[in-house]
Amino acid sequence: MEKILSMVFIFIFVENFVLQRFFGICPFLGVSRKMETATGMGMAVIFVMAIATLVTWLVQIYILDPFGLQYLQVVTFILIIAGLVQMVETVLRKISPTLYQGLGIFLPLITTNCAVLAVALLAVRQGFNLVESLVFAIAAAVGFTMALLIMAGIRERLELADTPGPMRGSAITLITAGILSLAFMGFKGMLTL
Amino acid sequence: MERQMIWSIVTLGGLGVLFGALLALAARFFAVESDPRVEEIAEVLPGANCGACGYAGCQNFAQAVVEGKAAVDSCIPGGSETAEAIGKILGQDVEGREPVVAAVFCIGDREKASSKFIYFGIEDCRIAEEYGGGFKDCPYGCLGLGSCVAACPFDAMRMGPDGLPEVDRDKCTGCGLCKEACPRGIIRMIPREERGHLVLCNSRDRGRAVSRACQVGCIGCRACVRACPEEAITMEENLAVIDLDRCNDCGECVPKCRPGCIIPRKGPATGVEATETKTISA
Repeated sequence: MEKILSMVFIFIFVENFVLQRFFGICPFLGVSRKMETATGMGMAVIFVMAIATLVTWLVQIYILDPFGLQYLQVVTFILIIAGLVQMVETVLRKISPTLYQGLGIFLPLITTNCAVLAVALLAVRQGFNLVESLVFAIAAAVGFTMALLIMAGIRERLELADTPGPMRGSAITLITAGILSLAFMGFKGMLTL
Repeated sequence: MERQMIWSIVTLGGLGVLFGALLALAARFFAVESDPRVEEIAEVLPGANCGACGYAGCQNFAQAVVEGKAAVDSCIPGGSETAEAIGKILGQDVEGREPVVAAVFCIGDREKASSKFIYFGIEDCRIAEEYGGGFKDCPYGCLGLGSCVAACPFDAMRMGPDGLPEVDRDKCTGCGLCKEACPRGIIRMIPREERGHLVLCNSRDRGRAVSRACQVGCIGCRACVRACPEEAITMEENLAVIDLDRCNDCGECVPKCRPGCIIPRKGPATGVEATETKTISA
């Protein structure tokens, strides 16, 4: 239990996927313009990461490991994530149109999100068991969402600020992301696994 | 070695087939029946998701039209062409509505209109408006912080060199989002056809208050009302208003206007200097 709790803290704050490990920078910069879209993206990532990690972990333990096919790990995981996302989309559209509308375009976008693949690969590499993998995935996704929301909040205000001409747009966004990342370095070493 | 190859082929191939089968099953059992007309309509819409129709996006609007909740001609950016296309899909006859463009009804730039104080705040008209009723002496004039420009989804507006927004006629679709964004109601939608004259002032104040605040504000002197042979000009709350349906572009009113806020929409056709105050591209 203690390990699970510390894992949650570690992967949200200390080892934040975006700000400390630099995974998923593309959506972090791409969909953080508005709070609304950032929320949608964050929820979709939490959803997909949890499911993807669950399935990839099972495949790794019950298929890849017994047959000594670890070298196929990356290819297999990409296949699984892509197929899974597609399926989730289809099912969701039928079962919960509201959720489907809410997640919208972000669901298919996540197929190519490196953070999702990273979570699946790291869960295996760290030797987590099933529950730990799931906690790891959800905590990482929550960390991602948090970073995205913080960024969206800042950017919504930056939009109204009198930014000097050459710094407008992506320049100020990248600088903001850097400062945010520096701020999160304060958590470094607070807890380790 | 061979075993390795076979196993890897079997595993990956098997997973591929498994996912393929699952996807096929999911597509069959979770198929959502949707009206094909929704997609067809979404196709003919501009796709800018501007929200001028009152729905969240073009897709939602398409849905609403098919369900009969929204009028066929509610898409303002799409104009009559889109309305006709939608009508064709739904099998309805549509009368196109008159296309409009946005126009900025203020020409009191920083030099011509004085300020109460210097504003160092967030670059947003709606926020600036909250501080002491705006930093301009004229409570009706353009603050020039560009809330309308930011609101335009079609990139049809920009801040001109004089600190007033300009409308790009060709890009403007008449969606009216800039009009909504302006806290002072300076932007109005006018017929797209480039004819008639406009009184480019928004001030409802009386003459003396206007001339103290702005060199080019309508002082309500009625000179233009008297000058107009078509009786197209009326006074509404101390502000001259030209009826564009009646205005025949004779230009009689232009030299009579002392502050010079009557501007022909189309070039200096009347021989009057419509020069430095841009012939509004609206």
